Amino acid sequence: MGDGRTVPLYFAGSLSISRGRAKLCFVIVKWLIGGLEELGRFVLYWGITLRGIVRRPFRYWLILEQLESMGVKSVPIIALSSMAIGMIFALQMVSLLQPFQAEVITGMAVAVSMARELAPVITTLMLIAKNGSAMSAEIGTMKVTEQIDAMETMSVDPVHYLAVPRIIAAVIVFPVLTLLANVIGVVGSYVIGVLVMQVEGAAYLDQLFTGLLPIDVISGLIKAAVMGYIVALICTYQGFKTENGAQGVGNSSTTAVVTSSVAILVADYIMAALMMEWWF
Amino acid sequence: MSAIVTVTNLHKRFGSLVVLNGIDVTFEQGQITTIIGQSGTGKSVLFKNMIGILKPDRGEIWYRDTCVTRASEDELIELRRSFGYSFQGAALFDSMTVAENIAFPLREVLGIRDKREHSKRIAEMLEWIGLPGIESKYPVELSGGMRKRVGVARSLVTKPEVLLFDEPTTGLDPVLGETINDLVVRVNEELGLTCILITHDIQASFRISDRIAFLSDGVIAEEGTPQSVSKSEHPMVRKFIENSFSLLEV
Repeated sequence: MGDGRTVPLYFAGSLSISRGRAKLCFVIVKWLIGGLEELGRFVLYWGITLRGIVRRPFRYWLILEQLESMGVKSVPIIALSSMAIGMIFALQMVSLLQPFQAEVITGMAVAVSMARELAPVITTLMLIAKNGSAMSAEIGTMKVTEQIDAMETMSVDPVHYLAVPRIIAAVIVFPVLTLLANVIGVVGSYVIGVLVMQVEGAAYLDQLFTGLLPIDVISGLIKAAVMGYIVALICTYQGFKTENGAQGVGNSSTTAVVTSSVAILVADYIMAALMMEWWF
Repeated sequence: MSAIVTVTNLHKRFGSLVVLNGIDVTFEQGQITTIIGQSGTGKSVLFKNMIGILKPDRGEIWYRDTCVTRASEDELIELRRSFGYSFQGAALFDSMTVAENIAFPLREVLGIRDKREHSKRIAEMLEWIGLPGIESKYPVELSGGMRKRVGVARSLVTKPEVLLFDEPTTGLDPVLGETINDLVVRVNEELGLTCILITHDIQASFRISDRIAFLSDGVIAEEGTPQSVSKSEHPMVRKFIENSFSLLEV
């Protein structure tokens, strides 16, 4: 590595290492410090939002606005995606189980999978694409056009005004839309399984209601609420971090979508492991 | 005349970049004071320190008998009610109509919830800035000059004592720029507000200001009436004045 020349490093005492390695060490240390600083800023932001949730004034109308834009306006896309997932899953399951004459459990398999995993994850990913990027872009645009500064000059806390209503709304909206995705996904699977693939309808429903337990649905809704919180937290944070005009707004939205998508998958795994341990 | 804002030995740096390096300046009540200087010399940083958005590294800022730099968060909230801030790009909330923009400080700063009171005050403000009947328009539907005037209206609606103008005429054609300068004078004369401006419009600043402060290398290099500043021997001040007024002669 490097050009073979050696340079003494002040932190290595009497050791001498090549210039290339020194450069690599420097880059790694700088990256680590940068990462820690970023983590520190995020934790601080997290604390500020937590305090904001319990602090007055309580701007309920902003939460209602967010519930409408995040929730009501997302119903079609959630319905469409969950219907598609339910239908595709049913199609695959029936063809897989038919050789064993076990296709009647398709309904149960789809319902349990949707309730525990698919509905919360698909709903969250769709809402990240639709609302997460919008949250980041809206706040980011306000940042680069000094609208956030204007709020501060009027003694209005921008995090309290802009982020807190979005976070509260996300924690409410994500589980509600997940519940909707569950129902529509099961309807989609019924359409394919019973009406198209000719699985016996009564047995299909019997298996579904026997196999699907309330805890399956509840665990999915808890996951959705946690994921909603994570998404809103990350996306609003990225919005407030925006710098450098229109390009910065684009970069923030991209980072918000990528980071929150990865974060919810990690969180999902952790929650699934814990729930398996405790409940199932 | 008494001092309304006093800045003493103010230092501010961002990382290794020293922006303010010992600013001493006094703003008199009821006067128009203009801060001029090259871009990036910390004029906006000075404004943000004055209303407590930024904390200085050293030095003090006093608003009447209150030390801004040592004020608690609650004291700052109270203190900022005495200041209005007109931003370079107006900084209107683009998701809100003109009426909602002006109602924002009424609701959030003064705590007025009565919609009829909002409508009355909004109409009065729009009438005063010469833009009646634009309540339902969005900022994107307004020209640059209209946006700036609505920005001033939003700052004035809480009846502050000091109005800070951050480059009020930048980006406007000379005619529109003149309407904004006239508005600054009206704010000062008709409402009795202390106006502090940051501007690159040297000619206008010499025409409308009671006092001028020249910021260079993080310090106030020259301060005084337009007449005294025009006679300054400071090389940067001379360069600014000569360039600005030679353009006028052309």
